Amino acid sequence: MSLLQIVFRSLRQHLLSTLITSFSIALACGLLMSVWVVKEQARRNFTEVDSGFDGVFGAKGSKLQLVHNSIFHLEASPGNLTWEQYELIANDKRRVKTAVPIAVGDNYRGYRIVGVTKSLFEVEYQVGKKFEVQSGGYVFRSDKKQAVVGSFVAERLGMSIGDKFHPYHGLVFDEKEKHAEIYVVSGIMKPTNTPADRVIWIPIKGLQNMSGHSVETSSDVSAVLVKLQGNTHGMMMNQEYNFQGDVMTFAWPIAKIVAQLFNKIAPVEMVLSGVAVLVAFVAAGSILASIYNTMNQRRRDIAIFRALGARRRTVFSVLILEATGIATFGALAGFIVYFVIMSTASWYIRSETGIVLDPFEPQWVMVWAPLFMQCLGALAGVVPAAKAYGADVAENLIPNA
Amino acid sequence: MDVSSYLKIGHLKLIIFLLLLGINNLKKSFLSSDGSTQEVINVPSFSMESGQQIALSGISGSGKTTLLNLIAGILQADEGQIKLSGRSMSGTSESVRDRLRAQMVGYIFQTFNLLQGYTCLENVLLGMSFGDSFDKNRAVELLGHVGLTQRLDYYPRQLSSGQQQRVAVARALANSPKLVLADEPTGNLDPENAAESLSLIRQTCKEHRAALLLVSHDKAVLDQFEDVRDLSDINQGGGKVGAE
Ligand SMILES: Nc1ncnc2c1ncn2[C@@H]1O[C@H](COP(=O)(O)OP(=O)(O)O)[C@@H](O)[C@H]1O
Ligand SMILES: [Mg+2]
Repeated sequence: MSLLQIVFRSLRQHLLSTLITSFSIALACGLLMSVWVVKEQARRNFTEVDSGFDGVFGAKGSKLQLVHNSIFHLEASPGNLTWEQYELIANDKRRVKTAVPIAVGDNYRGYRIVGVTKSLFEVEYQVGKKFEVQSGGYVFRSDKKQAVVGSFVAERLGMSIGDKFHPYHGLVFDEKEKHAEIYVVSGIMKPTNTPADRVIWIPIKGLQNMSGHSVETSSDVSAVLVKLQGNTHGMMMNQEYNFQGDVMTFAWPIAKIVAQLFNKIAPVEMVLSGVAVLVAFVAAGSILASIYNTMNQRRRDIAIFRALGARRRTVFSVLILEATGIATFGALAGFIVYFVIMSTASWYIRSETGIVLDPFEPQWVMVWAPLFMQCLGALAGVVPAAKAYGADVAENLIPNA
Repeated sequence: MDVSSYLKIGHLKLIIFLLLLGINNLKKSFLSSDGSTQEVINVPSFSMESGQQIALSGISGSGKTTLLNLIAGILQADEGQIKLSGRSMSGTSESVRDRLRAQMVGYIFQTFNLLQGYTCLENVLLGMSFGDSFDKNRAVELLGHVGLTQRLDYYPRQLSSGQQQRVAVARALANSPKLVLADEPTGNLDPENAAESLSLIRQTCKEHRAALLLVSHDKAVLDQFEDVRDLSDINQGGGKVGAE
């Protein structure tokens, strides 16, 4: 019998502890891979999202909040700009290629209703891709109470073309805050895998004039998304609005502002990763404990192997390989754990942010985490293996010695 | 090189070929629990020829197991030489002794010492796994020889003690050993099984051209052998303390 057969046989002989220990390795390995992939993909996908715009204008305040509100449709708007301010930006044709005003403040069952002009649908949100409605529908008419529903919202709320609904005031759903207006779904958006999927789009005039909204501010906008004619203009406008002027905030470039957010939470990521690595060590410790606990039973078997001519280093190898074997099974099963965690995590992240993570995208962690687990497993085997190495043959050949 | 030296070498080879086991001035002491050293083995000279079957008698504690463990290379001698087919089992490194044991020695224990997690066939296969020749057919054949053809895939716990001892006999011969050591092999068997097992051991060793060195304190066992020696005649060590 080969060494591997002996190892396999021994794993089978201690099947229950092999399975339990493999399971703890699987959890550790799955957790490690999940934490890493969420971390990596979240950072990359969030910083990639700019919805096709270079920057955002908004009321004086936090750039990050402005980006959150207008690009990711999270958090409250930091304040409003007047329609004149919007026109000032839009008419700066030398520097501004496209300017899309948005207005927020209403929701339907917790999903944001964002007022926007039809110009949004001319912008490429990714190279070569524009926001489009699915066949059978059309983009709202600016003078009608019509709505284009993001694909995720439509899926979650079961909305389809022709459906009617009342908007509710505020960003948080509250039964008592129902507006009198009735909107009709004119189209459902094709999925974009961006935060836009979680939004209901209506004409900006409709949102501004919603019953109960203040009349004086009825021409205000929450933010103006802009595409610039060139990067140098961005730098100049940054200087102009953020350092010299004090009426507006110009959040530019969007990706850099999101990256700054991630740099802020980097310590949290580190703690999470640290915990995942610690869990891996704990799991490796469970390998050590499970094999070590069976050493009393094994001592006689080891002595018999030796009596049959096995060398010390052979029984040493058997135990190291056994520990590595448990780690290997565990690491493989870790992929199942990984997919379970990731399908939950990616669903949650998508429903909260619209960002889509892809658990199947190949990542280096899928190579190094299992290898790392195997190394830890082999290392955990050293203690019992050393014990096997040093075990006295003559003494252990006699039962109950 | 002239003809006479050829003859000389041939002669030497012949002696080595016939002389399977040679022991000279073998000594082994243990440290007792009271701190004194107790010389258990002191064998000035002992030898066996190929295919020979010898029974050593000795009371409990007289050093029978210790002597077999020394010959098998499981224990290291303090002094003296043990030669197996001209190869040294004493004064060498442990891994050399392990290798020699894997190649040349079969060992049958009073407590069988079968591996409980392995089937009969696998136990026999393990008997040849650390030596040179791995041959599954031979393992099946050996188990057939001891009458266990129908039990190849049984685990030791599914067998009677007599059957377990027969697996152990098959395993001891698995590596085609030149020498089989048997340590009170029938001690755990009832008289009927004991007699049957003993004749099986003797016959199997004979058929596979392995010499047999058996130790026992059981008169019924010893009486079966033509060549019975008293360990106390061979061993000047003072291990004669135990009582039966
Ligand atoms: N590892 C050891 N340490 C100390 N004393 C030992 C050891 N092994 C055997 N002895 C002693 O050596 C003597 C012979 O033991 P053993 O060879 O097992 O006798 P037998 O097999 O003839 O009954 C006994 O007195 C025993 O106590
Ligand atoms: Mg004994």
